Amino acid sequence: MKAKLTDKIATFFIVFFALLIVAVLVGLIGFILVRGLGYINWSFLTSPPQTIRAGGGIGPQLFNSLFLLVLTLIITIPLGLGAGIYMAEYAKPGKFTSAIRLVVEVLSSFPSIVIGLFGMLLIVNLLGFGFSLFSGAVVLTIFNLPLMVRITEQAFRSVPKEQKEAGLALGLSKWKIITSVLFPVALPSIVTGTVLASGRVFGEAAALLYTAGMSTPRLDFTDWNPMSPTSPINPFRPAETLAVHIWKINSEGLAPDAAQIAAGASAVLVILVLAFNLFARWIGGVLYKALTASKRMG
Amino acid sequence: MKTMDERPVQVGSARSGRFKKHHAEDLAGRSYTFICVALLIVIIISIVFFVASKGLSTFFRDGVSVSDFLFGSTWDPEGNQGDPVYGVLPFIFGSFATSLLAALIASPLSICASLFMTEIVPGWGKKLLQPVIELLAGIPSVVYGFVGLTVLVPFLRNVFPGQGIGIAAGSLVLSVMILPTITSVATDALSSLPRGLKESSFALGATRWQTISRVILPTVLPSILTGIVLGMARAFGEALAVQMVIGNAPHIPRSLFESASTLTSVITLDMGNTVMGSAHNDALWSMALALMFMTFIFVLLVRLLERRNRI
Repeated sequence: MKAKLTDKIATFFIVFFALLIVAVLVGLIGFILVRGLGYINWSFLTSPPQTIRAGGGIGPQLFNSLFLLVLTLIITIPLGLGAGIYMAEYAKPGKFTSAIRLVVEVLSSFPSIVIGLFGMLLIVNLLGFGFSLFSGAVVLTIFNLPLMVRITEQAFRSVPKEQKEAGLALGLSKWKIITSVLFPVALPSIVTGTVLASGRVFGEAAALLYTAGMSTPRLDFTDWNPMSPTSPINPFRPAETLAVHIWKINSEGLAPDAAQIAAGASAVLVILVLAFNLFARWIGGVLYKALTASKRMG
Repeated sequence: MKTMDERPVQVGSARSGRFKKHHAEDLAGRSYTFICVALLIVIIISIVFFVASKGLSTFFRDGVSVSDFLFGSTWDPEGNQGDPVYGVLPFIFGSFATSLLAALIASPLSICASLFMTEIVPGWGKKLLQPVIELLAGIPSVVYGFVGLTVLVPFLRNVFPGQGIGIAAGSLVLSVMILPTITSVATDALSSLPRGLKESSFALGATRWQTISRVILPTVLPSILTGIVLGMARAFGEALAVQMVIGNAPHIPRSLFESASTLTSVITLDMGNTVMGSAHNDALWSMALALMFMTFIFVLLVRLLERRNRI
């Protein structure tokens, strides 16, 4: 009977620890939302922050985060798709391909702060872009690219072989098969992966401290000339993102309501990441239905 | 769409034209994707080159010896007590202590979570825990730092002697952050086990725990270790969440609840306050080089474990 008792005890502990993890997540999200939601209102979401007075908002930071994400995706998607397609369709097994795999693996395990420092040295200082949205977008691209390559490669590899063979039998070129046969089938999982990766980019701060900067100029939301220094859509202005802002007010915030602002901003960040997660699932299903003949997700 | 009978004459030339277009298209596509891959290689080479060239100047230009740097326990870059001293042992200690402790806390939890999903209740267990793990992975690190600072640090301050900040707080925050990494690797390994393995163990009359502890876990051990190494790599490189809760004192702490620093936390804090090209700044780059070096070691470890797993 000893074995059965041990089995019961072990099962109890496994279930206990698994539920503990659930409790940790519920506690985390609950805490963030309970602390933060009360502080979120329209003026908090739209007004600029205050340095020493209470009542500051996160308007410019929220805009910067979203705009930086858009810029990052504009650079990342073409590069990530290209490299992923190469790995899935063109790469032949051999030394070169395994070297690229190693590169992707190493690049994805670099600490984000190291990538940030590299960006500061090369893009901010040597190439002279300064602390700017553009520098931040390049660094986030480097940070995001390995994941994007992996997502694309897996998506292309999971397309049934028969589809490719049918294309080859029709005498299509390999590139034509990739763009018109494989890509539509792979697209749903690429989009899902990209949206999930966007959530990660959205919360990244360490790589941005010394590239996109820790301050935002006074933005004039009526000025839409991309070259004007106070224009929100100028990609060459410094921009503090929401995640960087949370870090900054926690470590050097002087406003009397810094703790509440941090709580509110954290809640906004977590809600957006949750939204990214839900959106990723939803859009994947929708695209799959629209682009393939199947009724359900396979 | 062009059909064949649109051009009844000059079939030969039309055909060779199509042939050329077919090849030109493929060549363009192949070149484009190759350029993207080549860019990846250029990026990694330039990261290694730039970080190394800055990081090595501490030793070549500023004349700090490698052993003084790595094993010196005094960090006084501004020379407040005489000559500036660049000993980063406290930070290396902090980085290793936090990431090892985090792995120690997170591994049993992650293994239980993946056993729960694959062995105990494969049906709703997976439905419940999979989204939980994905959400934990999705929460930004500054939010972890913020929660650590507002909940964990005051809690530790009340329960244990000390100020709450320190290695204990850092590794607890990190352990939650690396839970998803270890869990997802372990779950993948567990669910790809051949069914026969488990069934033959049950057929011999083994209980579930006997099967798990003597058949399943030994078989997937290399994969679980891979997950732990990946988690440690993430913990080692995490900057802001740790920086917010560890206290940032530049010496080796005497207890888990005393202010300490890690490589990443020092780089984060000091990089903005030093002048590019100064010896203090170079020392920070050398720490970044050390971080990069550790990344290589983690990747190497993962590779070795994967090789073992394949046999």
